[in-house]
Parts: sequence; C-alpha cells; structure tokens
Amino acid sequence: METIPYTVTPREDTGLINAKLGIWLFLASEVMLFGGLFSAYIFLRLGAVSWPEGSSILNVPIGTFNTLVLIGSSVTMVLSWAALAEKRFDRFRLYLGLTMLLSLLFLVVKGFEYSEKFSHHLYPASSSFMAIYFTLTGLHALHIIGGLVVNGYLWGPGSKMWASDPERFTNRVEIAGLYWHFVDLVWIFLFPVLYLL
Amino acid sequence: MAEVHGEQSFWRKYIFSIDHKIIGIQYGITALFFLLFGFILMMIMRWQLAYPEQPVPIIGWLLGEEGILLPEVYNSLGAMHGTIMVFLGIVPLSVGAFGNYFVPLQIGAPDMTFPKLNMASYWFYFLGGIVMLASFFVPGGAANSGWTSYPPLAVIATMGQTMWLVGMVFLITSSLLGAVNFITTIIQLRVKGLTWMRLPFFVWSQLVTAFLLLLAFPPLEAAGVMQLMDRLAGTSFFLPSGLVVSGQVLEVTGGGSPLLWQHLFWFLAHPEVYVLILPAMGIVAEVLATNIRKPLWGYRAMVYSAVFLGFMSFIVWAHHMFLTGMGTTLSGFFQTTTMIISIPSVIILTAFLLSLWGGSIRFTTPMLFALGFIPMFGLGGLTGLPLGLAPADIHLHDTYYVIAHFHYMVAPGTIFALFAGVYHWFPKITGRRMNETLGKIHFWGSFVCMNGIFMPMFAQGMAGISRRLWDGGISYQFAQDAGVLWSNELISISAWVLFLFQIPFVYNLIRSIKGGEIVDDNPWEATTLEWAAPSPPPHGNFTEPLTVYRPAYEYSVPGAVKDFLPQHQPEEG
Ligand code: HEM
Ligand SMILES: [Cu+2]
Repeated sequence: METIPYTVTPREDTGLINAKLGIWLFLASEVMLFGGLFSAYIFLRLGAVSWPEGSSILNVPIGTFNTLVLIGSSVTMVLSWAALAEKRFDRFRLYLGLTMLLSLLFLVVKGFEYSEKFSHHLYPASSSFMAIYFTLTGLHALHIIGGLVVNGYLWGPGSKMWASDPERFTNRVEIAGLYWHFVDLVWIFLFPVLYLL
Repeated sequence: MAEVHGEQSFWRKYIFSIDHKIIGIQYGITALFFLLFGFILMMIMRWQLAYPEQPVPIIGWLLGEEGILLPEVYNSLGAMHGTIMVFLGIVPLSVGAFGNYFVPLQIGAPDMTFPKLNMASYWFYFLGGIVMLASFFVPGGAANSGWTSYPPLAVIATMGQTMWLVGMVFLITSSLLGAVNFITTIIQLRVKGLTWMRLPFFVWSQLVTAFLLLLAFPPLEAAGVMQLMDRLAGTSFFLPSGLVVSGQVLEVTGGGSPLLWQHLFWFLAHPEVYVLILPAMGIVAEVLATNIRKPLWGYRAMVYSAVFLGFMSFIVWAHHMFLTGMGTTLSGFFQTTTMIISIPSVIILTAFLLSLWGGSIRFTTPMLFALGFIPMFGLGGLTGLPLGLAPADIHLHDTYYVIAHFHYMVAPGTIFALFAGVYHWFPKITGRRMNETLGKIHFWGSFVCMNGIFMPMFAQGMAGISRRLWDGGISYQFAQDAGVLWSNELISISAWVLFLFQIPFVYNLIRSIKGGEIVDDNPWEATTLEWAAPSPPPHGNFTEPLTVYRPAYEYSVPGAVKDFLPQHQPEEG
C-alpha cells in the first residue's frame, strides 16, 4: 500500500503540505458562514425601524476585557508553536496550557454576560438586536469550544506524536493555531459591530 | 478470515472504511436508495394529480383509512421529494460516489488526502439521511414547506421542519468535509506529469463543484441556524411584525424579513444547481471521449467555461426572486448576469456536439445515455433563458414551466449522465461489464418516459398552472380553456412506466456484480488513468508508480499503432 504524499514535506509546485491547504479551505468556508450572519445583521439593521446602540445594552468594559483575553490567547498559541520549532516541549506545554486557560476564561466571562442578560429578561426573542447578538456570539462560543477540544487533544493524548514524528506534530500545532487565530479574528469583528456600533 | 493475515477487520474494511473506493461505493448505494425513495414519493403525488381524491392503490393503506392522499401529506411528500433528490440523491451520487471513487484514480493518487475526514463525510451524510427519514414519523409528518423552506410558512410549520433543519446541518457538514478533501486532493495529489491542462474534464468539473460546495453552503447553514432560532428560541429573523396567521396576529417580536431567507437560500441554491450539473457534464465528457475515439473538441474552452460558470454562479441568485418586488436596477443586474452565465453552458454544450462530428461513434449503453444527455440538457438550458428575463418570468414563475425547466436539467440531464457513469465505470469497480441489451431497454424506455413526463409540463406552465398545489387551486380554472389538464394523466402514467423501466437497470446492476461478462482492466480502450489500475483497484490503487506523458484524450492519434494512447504510456516506440 502506497502512503499519501505531502503530509510532512511540501509539494514542490504548490509549496504546501496537505493539511495547510486543507485548513485554509476550511477557514474560507468559515468566512462564508460568519459572512452570511454578518450580512443578515446588515440586512436586518437596514430594514429596522429603530436599532439600539450596542453600548446601551451590552457591557463594553467586559467585552473589551474579553477581547484582550482572546488576543492574549492568540499570542500564547504562537509561542507554543515557536517553542516546538525550538524543540522545547516543556514550553510548548506551558504556552498551549495558557492558551486553553485563557479560552476558558473567555467562556466564563461570556457565560457571566449571558446570565446577566437573562437576569434582566433579555433573551434571543426580545428583539432583533438580541437575536443576532445571541446567535453570533453563541456560534462564536461554539467555535471556541471546538478550539479547546483540539488544543486539549494536542496538549494531552495527541502530544505523544512529538516523540514519534516531531515534524508532523509541529505542523499540527501550526494548523490548530491558524484555526485559533481565525476564531480570534472573528471576535475582533464581532466586538465592535455588536458592542460599539 | 480477513484478520488472519493482519488485514483490516470486516468493520474497518467495509463499514468504517477509509478507502476512498469503499466510501464511494457506500455513497453510491445509499444515494441510489434515496433516489428510488424520492421517486416513489413523487409517484404517489402523481396519483393525486391524475386521479384527484381517489384512493391510492397499493400503498393507500399507509395514508389513512380511506387511502386518499391528503393535502398536508401531499405537501410533505413534495418538500421531501425535492430535498431528497437534490441533497440525498443526486449530489451524493455524483460527488460522493463518482467523485470519491474516480477523482483519486484519474489523478493517479493512492487515496484522498484526508481519508478519515472522507469517512466522516459519509457518516454525516448518513446521519442527515436518517434524520430526514425519521422526520416522516414525527407529529405533523415531515417538512411540508417546500424544498426551499420559505418563511414565514416554514417557521410556523410542524415539527418536521425542525428535523429538516437539523438534517440539513448534518448534510452541510458532510459536504464541507468532502469539499475540503476534494480540493486538496486535486491540487496536491496529481501524479507526476499530470499538469492542469492534462486533467480529465471530470476532475475539473469536480474541482469547480467542490469550490461551490465549500463557499455556497455555509450561508445556508447560517440561514438554517437562524431559522432554528426562530422556531426554537422565539426569535424573529424571518418574521415580520404584525403577521396574521389564520385570522390572528402572531405573537412574536417581529421586525424580521422573509426576504432575508430567500437571499441566503438562493445564494446557496443557485450554485447548488451547478453542483447538480457540473459533475454530470464531467461524466458525459469522459463517456463521449471514450466512445467517439477522438479528442474532445475545445477541451480548453470547456475548462475555462466550467471555471467561469463557477464564479458567475455566485452572482445570479436573485433571478429566483423576480417576483419579490425588487426594483428594476436590481433585477436588471440579475437579468444581465443570468444571460451571461448561460454563455459558458452553451460553450460546453457546443463542444460536446462538435466533438461528435467526424467521430467513429460506438453506440454502447453509456454512450446512449451520454448522447441522450445532450439534447435534454439543451432543452433545459434554452427554457431557462425566458425565466432569466423578468418580463417572461413574472408569468412563468412558480408554474409547472419552472418544474419542466429544471427537471430537463436534472432528470433526463444529470440522472442520465449518472446512468452513463454507472455503465461506463462498472467494469472498473467490479471487473465485469453490465448487460448491453438490458442497458438499451433501460435507456430507450427512460428516454421516452422522461419526455412524456416533462414535455407536457411546459404547456401546463405556460397555461398558468401553479406548481406545488394539491388540487391545482384556482389555476386549474384558468387552464381549463387551454386544454392542458388532460395531460396530467399522461404525465403520471409516464412516471409509473418510467419506474417499470428502472427494473431492468436494478436487475442488471445486481446481477452483473457476480454474473456479468468478465473483462480486462481497460475494456473500453480508454486513455485516462483509472484504466491503468487493476479492476477492482486494490487498496492504494496502482500496482506501479505512474508518470503522465500526454493530455487526457489522445484517441486516433495519426501514426499511432492503436487508436488510443493512454496518458501513462511513454512515446510510441
Ligand atoms: C443555462 C442557464 C440557466 C438559466 C438561464 C436558468 C434560469 C433559471 C431561472 C431564472 C429560474 C427561476 C425561475 C422561477 O422560479 O421563476 C430557474 C429555476 C431553476 N433552475 Fe435554472 N437556469 C439555468 C440552468 C440551470 C441548471 C444547469 C440547473 C440544474 C441542474 C437549473 C436548475 C434550476 C432549478 C432547480 C430551479 C428551480 C428552483 C425552485 O424554484 O424550486 N437551472 N432557472
Ligand atoms: Cu438559479
């Protein structure tokens, strides 16, 4: 049985390994997914009789805090990959662990924000604004959870690969990182659109 | 026993296989089942249209005491017919089955780039199918707001609609995984020497299709999530304020827009129609080239057309919405793009026609189906033009004319191409050929019946008969004078006879697996790489490393010894 080529070394004419191309394609489809929701936001807002200012309903300081948390997690994600490139497995663990802690922190803060809204009887059904707010941030939170699962795997059981195939493992961490930066980027769009505009 | 030699267990080999060929076959069998199922739904509906409110024979007992097809059940059957045919039948067969099996083979690859994702893609599809089937048994029955699920109707519909949305999320996930896999496979795993302009047209068609699936489906997923929110969390994404249902104002937040759904839906669903047709064109190209014994005419133009079609299909969607009161500027834009997008289709069609010129045609069963595809696709395309022009569409929208238009594309069009593919590639999959006589009966019977079904619908539509109605409603009164109502019976009978003509196919298919004539690895004397592999190809596909030396369709090259030069064959010596 022949094995599948270009899992570790890039193909010459494309300069890519398979998984790298795969994740870019996947992210392109994610752009379309969030793009669909963003265009729904624009569509509804343009057609609305009145539209509340985000800051009058949402807590801007908390949102800003969460934005910083996510940006921080992106930085630690890069550091964990860089640590692998320097063959420092212990540091990799440390930084990826930090990334996961920060993403957990983000979710906890988000949960706190949600429950505050619920306690003021603000639900998805309350208004078009709340509907799109909960849908967009909820979908984003699902993506954070997805990232947590992937990173948790790479931190725990998946890290065995470091011993057997370090190059491939480093690639995996890089690809998980690309996904994570994307999730971060989505939030960086979401935050001003929902909280500030 | 399989395990003895350290081989994969039964489960790994046939059920949770990661071999693209097994996955392709799994897709194929499941999709054929759904095609049959969707067809049966339609045959039941045709009874009501031919013999209104008379007890349905054979399966009437399923429908309640009197055996009459009730309007609400009719609506469910219609919505599920469309959904099943498009999302569970045709796309899985053309992409999941043929694409999976033959793209890696045609590019000389050992498998897809991500075999495990490939397996996951099948199982998501399977789950989506189960959810759709299960929805028939929930209170209120399966989804009944059309395959387009337009709100507000869909939002206030029975529980089947929720199942429909959940099922769609599974199917979208499946096609997303598939699309990523196809694109990376085609870009990364082409064997040495297989440059872009040497790719078989089928591979090109799958590449463009994968891009459409990748980029067009997510907005529908977004829309699906919003419709789920509307149904489950009480939001009003698609519900306007002050909506009156059964004489009562609906108690919702309001402020939403049903048009938003239509935009998001058609942003997917127009590219989706090219997902339905492009792989079919790819199959027809392969079958034609093999059976005319000369290179395809205008290969390059065909490739550029397919790519252009892919791009354009993202900016024509609102031609499905001319009746929503859009302004003339907008409709002018979409009319223009629609006219432009028909050009590449015509180029491909013309290339097929001109390829026939001067060929020494072998009239095999796959070739008959491919030849049948050409005029049927032509008719479907030509009748699309009036629909793309708002003044004509205002009259024709939501009539049987539209039904006829797109069925000429997908039924005697795509489905014929899929049949061509089955007969053409069966020898590769099994090492045996299907019976030609049965195949010809299948073709001629289907060809006549298909036209018997869809041709009269053009007339019905032009006479103003609305689609989707259980009893024709007021449109039957308009149509009375036009003298088109009698053809309801003709259409229905043609549909049932069409079913009978599928029996030789199913019999042929099953019987030939064990009893077909044994053939060698390249029975059609074809040039593309899949024929360089053993039949059936082993795990890993090829027995020796390949290099490609020439374009895909080198038939009847002057001076060559044989009338075909396989892509992997070095210079004639
Ligand atoms: C060749 C160029 C084509 C043109 C100009 C064209 C034009 C149109 C237009 C304007 C409509 C909307 C009609 C209405 O609802 O009033 C329509 C409907 C449709 N077309 Fe085409 N079409 C073309 C090719 C295709 C192809 C290749 C397919 C698929 C294989 C296809 C499948 C459909 C389907 C499924 C619908 C109906 C959707 C629905 O309302 O349920 N068309 N077409
Ligand atoms: Cu369209």
